Amino acid sequence: MEAMIQIKDVTKTFIGRDNTVEALKGINLDIEKGAICGIIGMSGAGKSTLVRCLNFLEKPTSGTVLVEGRDLRTMNDAQLRKTRTEIAMIFQHFNLLMQRNVVDNICFPLEIVGMKRREAKKRAAELLEIVGLSDKAKAYPAQLSGGQKQRVAIARALANNPKILLCDEATSALDPTTTKSILALLKEINEKYGITIVIITHEMTVVQEICNQVAIIDNGNLVESGSVEEVFSRPKTKAAQKLVFQGGGSTEVMRGKRCVRIVFRENSSFEPVIGNMVLACKAPVNILLADTKDIGGIAHGQMVLQLPEDGVTAEKMIHYLKERNLTVEELTDYVG
Amino acid sequence: MWDNEVIMMLVTNTGITLYMTLLSTLMAYVIGLPLGVALVVTAKDGLRPNAAAFGILDFIVNIVRSVPFLILLILVIPLTRLIVGKSYGPGATIVPLVIAAAPFIARLVESSLLEVDKGVIEAAQSMGANLWTIIFKVLLAEARTSLIVGVTIALGTILGYSAMAGVVGGGGLGDIAIRYGYYRYESDIMWVTVILLVLLVQILQVIGTKLSKKLDKRGR
Repeated sequence: MEAMIQIKDVTKTFIGRDNTVEALKGINLDIEKGAICGIIGMSGAGKSTLVRCLNFLEKPTSGTVLVEGRDLRTMNDAQLRKTRTEIAMIFQHFNLLMQRNVVDNICFPLEIVGMKRREAKKRAAELLEIVGLSDKAKAYPAQLSGGQKQRVAIARALANNPKILLCDEATSALDPTTTKSILALLKEINEKYGITIVIITHEMTVVQEICNQVAIIDNGNLVESGSVEEVFSRPKTKAAQKLVFQGGGSTEVMRGKRCVRIVFRENSSFEPVIGNMVLACKAPVNILLADTKDIGGIAHGQMVLQLPEDGVTAEKMIHYLKERNLTVEELTDYVG
Repeated sequence: MWDNEVIMMLVTNTGITLYMTLLSTLMAYVIGLPLGVALVVTAKDGLRPNAAAFGILDFIVNIVRSVPFLILLILVIPLTRLIVGKSYGPGATIVPLVIAAAPFIARLVESSLLEVDKGVIEAAQSMGANLWTIIFKVLLAEARTSLIVGVTIALGTILGYSAMAGVVGGGGLGDIAIRYGYYRYESDIMWVTVILLVLLVQILQVIGTKLSKKLDKRGR
């Protein structure tokens, strides 16, 4: 696969009056052309700084960022601005111009590239069609809901036919249902127009939902990266496990001697796998964590089970689950 | 004493006060608006941080702002003579008014522009907007209601300053108030001028508030 963005040894240090913060400590990452790449990390991990290095809103302290092989650092001001029209960005708080109506907000990036007013209006109408907000053309941002504002922001981002769309916590201010619809829209855009999408988030569910590539950032370091499948099924590092087990909470007291984590990917959600297993093995299990959902008839997600003390039954259960194509992983120190 | 002559004098001087106020405000904005923009742009977290430029501008603004207007009025008399040719009358009052108001307006503009959401500026940068586009289409456009409120405040202040210029024969309602009310003890004329000044401020305030409300699209 060809790389759309290459991040090489990128560091960023913020020098304050009495403290310096190393936000990024040498990040290397290739983002493939046409991919939806999730960059996930806890707040303060440096992911927002990293995404701003991709369009040089933040200039890295050292290292290079190549966009389609072009080094952003060697560009002059005008070249950088030109390149930025190819790298659109959407934000957590939408960042629309509050004194302009929806159409004029979408026209803004077109004004920047010097498009004629009439043409820009026409393009804006097309874009509103794409994001499904044609009836709100004359409305002002203050009259729109969060989801609608993000749709306007997406339309605005697409105005100049970008090659890359950067999303900085774009769904973090939205409710779960709206988040879903925005993610579906992003996926549609990715498929229809082949735009490479980079998604910054702290929510694993967002990555699971639409990403095919994922990078985990922890404390300024890239600790794990690869396909979502791979990283989600077998998180190797502590930071990755923490993100994957998100929402586990206070399961400490229930911690059993033998726990397994199972990952659902291709099972039919109509089949009660755990229920059948309990019936087949004639022993109960304790569900310590369950985070599954039905996406198009297929069960997705994970569970952590506490198995019976009896080793034979436990083995039987693991065997049963593996037979049904589930990824089963023994957890030695499950902490939630 | 309420003959035609006195009424005519009051009407004419109301006109003169308005003329001085509006013209000085306009001219002070010609200087103060770019100055305010420059303060925001060169500030530490501005679009083009420049400690030296910011330091100098900030210093000048502070110095002029800290000189009481009445003192400034007298201090700049040589400059006024140079520009207008005389040191009294409405035309001459405009010079110190502009000098006093410009830095004040720069501060009003600065605070209005600082209210603009940093995220929106960042969004414009991410779209490849240049400095001038951001100044005109983001900073000034997004801050417009706040800027209009600022104009209203500036007009009220400058109207007050123009009345103070009556002390040195500046013309207008303040001049009448001092000459008739203070020097000749004709306090009823003074009271009428005060009422006229209050009315002027009220009218300007109402127009400013209406206009800024009408142009504000942030409410539902």
